Amino acid sequence: MNREDFPILDSGIIYFDNGATTMKPKSVIDSVVDYYSNYTANAHRGDYDSSLKVDEEYEKVRTKVRNLINASRDEEIIYTSGTTESLNMVVFGYMKKVLKEGDEVLLTKSEHASNLLPWMVLQEEIGIVIKYIPLDDNYCLTIDNVKGMISSRTKVISIAHITNVIGDVRNIEEIGKICSEHNILLVVDAAQSIGHIKVDVQAANIAFLGFSAHKMLGPTGIGVLYGRYDLLQELEPLKFGGGMNAFFEEDSRYELKEIPWKFEAGTQNIAGVIGMGKAIDYIQNIGLEKIHEYELKLKKFAVSKLSEIPNIIIYNKDTPSGILTFNIDKVFSQDTAVFLNRFGISIRSGNHCAKILKDEIGITNTCRASFYLYNNEEEIMKLAAVLKRQDEIYDNIV
Amino acid sequence: MKEVVQLDDKLKRDIILEHYQSPFHKGLVEGDNYIKVNSLNASCVDNIFVSALIENGIIMDARFEGDACAICTSATSVMIKTLIGKTLEEAKVIVQNFDNMINEKEYDADVLGELNVYDTVYRQPNRKTCALLPFKAMKDIMAKVENNNLTD
Ligand SMILES: Cc1ncc(COP(=O)(O)O)c(C=O)c1O
Repeated sequence: MNREDFPILDSGIIYFDNGATTMKPKSVIDSVVDYYSNYTANAHRGDYDSSLKVDEEYEKVRTKVRNLINASRDEEIIYTSGTTESLNMVVFGYMKKVLKEGDEVLLTKSEHASNLLPWMVLQEEIGIVIKYIPLDDNYCLTIDNVKGMISSRTKVISIAHITNVIGDVRNIEEIGKICSEHNILLVVDAAQSIGHIKVDVQAANIAFLGFSAHKMLGPTGIGVLYGRYDLLQELEPLKFGGGMNAFFEEDSRYELKEIPWKFEAGTQNIAGVIGMGKAIDYIQNIGLEKIHEYELKLKKFAVSKLSEIPNIIIYNKDTPSGILTFNIDKVFSQDTAVFLNRFGISIRSGNHCAKILKDEIGITNTCRASFYLYNNEEEIMKLAAVLKRQDEIYDNIV
Repeated sequence: MKEVVQLDDKLKRDIILEHYQSPFHKGLVEGDNYIKVNSLNASCVDNIFVSALIENGIIMDARFEGDACAICTSATSVMIKTLIGKTLEEAKVIVQNFDNMINEKEYDADVLGELNVYDTVYRQPNRKTCALLPFKAMKDIMAKVENNNLTD
């Protein structure tokens, strides 16, 4: 749907790597160009008209994000460079301070590197204990398995809302309920879910949540950390400098600004914030339910088309998201991706930064086609048509 | 005048595929004298281990293991087949010339033998690292041997 809003699609490319990053609608691109062409200025320094406008636009987007995820106040929205930075802030700015040796953090093996490595480093630094909640036979997380892993030492559950390889949609509202019963902090990596499915931080009792604008039609280098207001009181900034201090003196006394500005040190990605605001508008105008339904329809269609082709192994037929993970039997995933590229089709091959998921699937590398609102059935038919020509693969790639 | 090795594309492809489908010396052997290194593609797809037995400055044996694409797997196979029996000096010349060929620098096709089948990989910039991966492993192995000799 809405293909005409995406100038890049005019080139005829078939882009199925939306899990990595998405294309940008003209309204987002124009808003960034408008800022650079017509009112470039820094934020929070507003003695003149353009700077005042920048301030307004910059803060307006906070409200848009708040509405998108149903946060209770604007101050709970902190701009970051993306999910990775958001999760690092949670781990090193908050958890490092409040967790103690022996405290347990529950993760899963299908998490992205950005929701694993920071915890591994924290384990090394202060001796927290990482435990992996087992996945079921379809590599998905079940509520029973979550419950089964909780002990009196469990302090945190940190999981993706939608996983980036299998596209497993976690029931975060139910998990949030369990967390509140056991006094556990729920940290959510929403990189793959934001802009695809409704996220409600209050309904799911989420402590912290991170996402990246570039995976939801926005610019790169900008994202959000949501933190519940009472928890943000304890969050330590990891960066210090201009824009985040209230004052500092020669004798080294200093005071930081209020939440959220104390977490936004240095000149921020203003163009990014503005573009992210337009991306949110764009998504809200269509409606998340409609987007989600459409993605599910595309996925079902793709599953049915690819299932008809010999030698295609699909790993996640049933997960309710726009992510389809497959291989051609006995063909290395990268070879498949290079072959598809010959026909102008972009998919991702590899381990998708979820390097320990291989322990579960027993296979290291897969091909991933991830769909978004501007993809359509015709493109999926082309994918299927090329995959049917799998006999020609080596003639094309070597 | 030097005779330039000219293989037609079909033949090259057949050789590459032959090495991909039935790789030479795939599967590591247990042996204390083997030096083993891991070579990873930064784009996080290809992942191979190469091990070699080097005695008196000669590559007596080499083997590999891992998950990799057609270009990488076959190049590892051809490389191993080419290097076994060579002295470290000869091997270094081969490795350097292969590197030059892939990176479109001047190279001596005569020393490369069967490795010449990769002489068009440069046309696919995103496959260069695949072809070079086993050579990176071999360089590491040779560097280890030389360091050991220095510290012995
Ligand atoms: C599930 C998940 N988490 C986190 C990230 C990291 O996002 P970013 O690279 O934008 O920080 C990604 C991106 O691939 C992802 O898919």
